[in-house]
Amino acid sequence: MMLSGKAAKRYTILYECLLIFLSACVLWFTCTTGKSFTYIMGEFPAPWGNEIRAGTLEALIALSFMIVMLCSVLGGWRFLQIDIDESKWNLYFTLINLMTAALMAMTWTNDIFTGYVFLEILTLTSCGILIVREIGRTTLAAVRYMILNLLGSGLFLLGVVLLYDITGHLLMMNMQEAIAEIAAQKENLPILTLSVGVLTTGLAIKSGLFPFHFWMPDTYGYATPTSAAVLSSLVSKSYIFLLIKIYYRVIGMGVLAEMPIGRILCALGMCGIIFGSVSALHADNINRMAAFSSAAQIGYVYMGIGIGGTAGYTAAIFHILAHAVTKSLLFLSTPRLAAVSGNSLLFKNLQGSALRDRTAGMFFVIGAFSMIGIPVFSGFSSKLLFAGAAAGTGNDRMLILVMLVLAVSSLLNAMYLIRTVIRIYTMPVRTGIAENGRVHHHSGYLISSGVLVSANLFLGLFSWMAVNLIQSGLSMFG
Amino acid sequence: MLSTLLNNSEEAVAIILFGIGFTMLLFHRNLIRKLIGMNIMDTGTFLFLASMGYITGRKAPIVTNGVMELDAYINPVPAGLVLTGIVVSVSVTAVMLALTVRLYKRYHTLNLDEIYKLSKHQMEDR
Repeated sequence: MMLSGKAAKRYTILYECLLIFLSACVLWFTCTTGKSFTYIMGEFPAPWGNEIRAGTLEALIALSFMIVMLCSVLGGWRFLQIDIDESKWNLYFTLINLMTAALMAMTWTNDIFTGYVFLEILTLTSCGILIVREIGRTTLAAVRYMILNLLGSGLFLLGVVLLYDITGHLLMMNMQEAIAEIAAQKENLPILTLSVGVLTTGLAIKSGLFPFHFWMPDTYGYATPTSAAVLSSLVSKSYIFLLIKIYYRVIGMGVLAEMPIGRILCALGMCGIIFGSVSALHADNINRMAAFSSAAQIGYVYMGIGIGGTAGYTAAIFHILAHAVTKSLLFLSTPRLAAVSGNSLLFKNLQGSALRDRTAGMFFVIGAFSMIGIPVFSGFSSKLLFAGAAAGTGNDRMLILVMLVLAVSSLLNAMYLIRTVIRIYTMPVRTGIAENGRVHHHSGYLISSGVLVSANLFLGLFSWMAVNLIQSGLSMFG
Repeated sequence: MLSTLLNNSEEAVAIILFGIGFTMLLFHRNLIRKLIGMNIMDTGTFLFLASMGYITGRKAPIVTNGVMELDAYINPVPAGLVLTGIVVSVSVTAVMLALTVRLYKRYHTLNLDEIYKLSKHQMEDR
């Protein structure tokens, strides 16, 4: 017997609340003991079996991902009912649950091939939640998204196979020992560099780093709000988290520092920030604007990875969290603004929409302020962390470049977001569209937006707490 | 250099196959050819794994005649990885084919460039 759509939603929410509780327990446990723990699956110990490893960082990522997932499902429920045929609601929640499982597995696993398998599951489910809404160009957007993702998965698999070939292991800790030996002997070093390069390229393509970001506007622009929020704030970030995990736990920071990969990622990240922001400036549709700004935010995260060191990685991970809570808020608020503007996401029709739906307008403004980097909100703290990380490298050229990019991008962000805020708060000159929609009060949206805003404020006001957690997580990560 | 390549001919072929598949998936405009490219790419990786995992003269690790020495058998993990990879590849191909059918029903062509052109004409506001 199949569950009805509403029952499936209830079970999904229950399941996610349970995951939030369990992740919080793991976070509490690892914080109080100050140690990570490893769970051996089956009965085969280290070099053979499969393992799950939990530390503070994994728990923190899992906890915040699940909170954002729950908020996206709750907040987008009303639009899900409109966008998707009732007979498919239960299937949609099946996909969401499968995606949650894949996200969790990628966060906790200690085995690189398990990482690959769940990465593919994540790709398939993200395609599923994209094509479930059959309007406009969703199928085309999904095909484009899938093709790039398949290129990325292929490269990632090749990288994993090459690493397995030279190390003989699949468990991350054993691989790290073998790689340290290879690096010391300098014999297989070219293959090691090649495999790390291939692996990084694969994950960079999948997460949408600069030259590979062009699928974002169509993908996020046409998806149903829950899917857009989940895809932009969780899926692309989980690939980056897997990359950071591989860098720390498989390659090792010492070996990685000898490769030019950090500098390349930093340069591409900076290009992504500038190009993403400039494209967002030219967008004529509010969701496309938010999608291009996502491309810029991915650039920030890669810039942090490129800066390197504990400070750089801390900034990158902090930005993953900050962007997850901010962008999902934006993607949940824009459809409400559109609903009172004749169901159009075009800027010209959104004129004055925040006056018609004041709650959505307020939440949009909070999200926009956080994206620009206004103090009190999380965006400000993450920009501060990036600047601090660049200053800590002791490399003057790097510091100047990062500061310049931060300044220019903040300016561009302010230009397109403030322009949007002014537009949605100005009364339209001609009437007509204004009366097209009625405001629907929906408690799910209010609750989830409230949670996301408080998470945003928490990251902004108590950023030291998050930074301490991330740093202690990184110290037990390697 | 050449002798290394000849000694590792299977691996070299596997990498060439991967390259062919990758460029097909990236540059071909026809969706079916893209999918074939993807399968060639994956097959290249599987060939690489399988040939790396096999040592001439050894057998699959199933004890039937009482031989217990490690040297008599090969490591079963690469074969297991290939099998897992094949399953993943099959499911991805199935999903992509389904998407291709949907696109063909809507636009009556498999050429991505033409589909873009057609979709621009019927773009919706939302």
